[in-house]
Amino acid sequence: MQTVNDANKLRPAPPEEKSGVGPRLRKVLFAQESILALILLLIVLLLATQSDRFLTTRNLLNQTRFFTETALIALPMTLIIITGGIDLSVGSTLALSAVMLGFSWKFWGLPLELAVAVCLLTGIVAGLFNGLVIVYLKVPPLIVTLATLAIYRGFSFGISQSQSVTSFPEGFAIWGSGDVGGIPTQLIILVIATLIVGVVLARTPFGRYIYAIGNNELGARFAGINVNRVKLLIYTFAGFMAGVAGFIFTSRVLTTRADAATGVELDVIAAVVLGGTSIFGGSGSILGTILGVLIIQLLRNGLQLAGVTGDSTVIVIGFVLIAALLINNALRRRTVAR
Amino acid sequence: MSTLTVSRQLRAPNPFLILLNSQEAVLVIALVVVTLFVTALNPRFLEFGNISDILSNCAYVAVAAIGTTMVIVSGNIDISMGSALGVCATIAGTLSVNNVPIPLVFLLTVLAGGLIGLANGFLVAYLRIPAIVVTLGMSSILKGGLIIATQGKWIYNMPPGFALSQGNLAGIPNPVWIMFILIAGFWLYLRYTAQGREVYAVGGNTEAARLSGINTRRVILRVFILNGLLVGVASILFATKFSSIQSNVPSGYELLVITSAVIGGVSILGGTGSVIGALLGAIFLETTRTSLPFIQIGGQPVRAEWFQAIQGTLILLAILIDIARRRRMR
Repeated sequence: MQTVNDANKLRPAPPEEKSGVGPRLRKVLFAQESILALILLLIVLLLATQSDRFLTTRNLLNQTRFFTETALIALPMTLIIITGGIDLSVGSTLALSAVMLGFSWKFWGLPLELAVAVCLLTGIVAGLFNGLVIVYLKVPPLIVTLATLAIYRGFSFGISQSQSVTSFPEGFAIWGSGDVGGIPTQLIILVIATLIVGVVLARTPFGRYIYAIGNNELGARFAGINVNRVKLLIYTFAGFMAGVAGFIFTSRVLTTRADAATGVELDVIAAVVLGGTSIFGGSGSILGTILGVLIIQLLRNGLQLAGVTGDSTVIVIGFVLIAALLINNALRRRTVAR
Repeated sequence: MSTLTVSRQLRAPNPFLILLNSQEAVLVIALVVVTLFVTALNPRFLEFGNISDILSNCAYVAVAAIGTTMVIVSGNIDISMGSALGVCATIAGTLSVNNVPIPLVFLLTVLAGGLIGLANGFLVAYLRIPAIVVTLGMSSILKGGLIIATQGKWIYNMPPGFALSQGNLAGIPNPVWIMFILIAGFWLYLRYTAQGREVYAVGGNTEAARLSGINTRRVILRVFILNGLLVGVASILFATKFSSIQSNVPSGYELLVITSAVIGGVSILGGTGSVIGALLGAIFLETTRTSLPFIQIGGQPVRAEWFQAIQGTLILLAILIDIARRRRMR
């Protein structure tokens, strides 16, 4: 029923494009992104044969609503992991931003537009705080963001007193469940954000600084890169994007709860690592991350369509995460050997 | 490590600073302050029953915190304890309602924990995947597997002999006995045995440890297996606390355990830390949690919802103290 051509359209960026850039076709074929695109294609074909509800424009567009929040946070997470850092607090930041949105709208009586601004500002402040502690107190990112994971989640619970805010006006839903010309609103936001971050990382000096820091931080410092400013910026950016995700999440589910997005950091990190970004820092790409997000979401969707209940689909992420690293390690060993 | 000790001894001894050099002492002071404060508000806080409740309630955290202390000392981290605890508790409950003899149930539960630890340790030590990623992945595999296997059904009607945590020996609750025995055992193990010292050596400087003939991979594997066994014990304490087992992953457990270890003075950079600190950390956390309703801010008692925020702040504070201490010692 479904043809290969249909499936081909799903590939976000055919790796063949790259052959114009690199002279060696072989290099392109063995790039992590090409392998991921191939895996994605296989998954799509497999799922299409399993369920005829899967490969429909409606299902696929609908799926984008579920991974947009993950993907939005995965963009800055890619930058952070490339510098050799990590941010575990993004899920809590998302929840805190969403709670602040609901709280400032309902209890401070702010107009909804201002409440959204409060939401984004909350994200920025949360990210900035992470960055400041990491950069100026020189505490490892893993432990700082583990602490702020608890702190921001605790504030979400404390501020909201475990109460959810609902009954948002009807027009508010447009960001989370509306569409523009049939395309989900948040997908448009995601595409724009992806293009911006992708270009900044791959084509600007700032992007090169990020790789430089990940490869050799001391070397980057000696080369005159303002390492502190770069790090501060990317952690703040991660907070901001968690705020944006919190806003879209609230608009999608039309309720703000303190326990929102628990464990979303796992999805995000899994997607980034699956996308070929080295957990040790120094390499990775936005294209890879987006492919990682797509693969994980499709696997989850496939499992759901096959009748596995929602929560248990996290099992996929666990296996994918570990398998991705094993493959990465094996690939790296081969590259080194050659 | 020895150079640090020497330089510390060369410093003019300021009694107050020396005290602050030991995280255990800092914690004991904090614990006394909190206890005095709350006792002033409510004298019943110091009653034997309340104290034994606090100790009994934090036992399942403290036992796992021993394992986490070892894992962090060895330079790694484990964030899969919550899921492992849920899985092991469910295994214990399922076996016991299926008429498996109780001692065998407990043995198999602890072994199941050890098996999870073995998997984590093998992936970290031999396949060279960073511990944070391995245990993140393991956590979701266990969590997903648990939901698929149990469909979230609760387990009831465990046989009477199963309720280990609810019993006591000589007036002291069983969990408290188990906690203190394990703490004492692992304190001796880490401090006085060659295997224990190897853990510190690997965490302090892996390359130096390897060059001095320590099989660093085996040490890390061993640490993860011991950690898994301890989580297995913790899961028994957890599963036998109530008359039902929820077959799910207790939320925030890994954070409680890591917080206990970290405020107990284990350095996240590896190489230092003690299980006594972890025990004090777990007791301090539980004391803080039970004290919250007594503390008034603006005429209102502090709501339990703030506990997690306080917990996170404690982690940050402990880290800052650790870093300040390291800087002074340098």
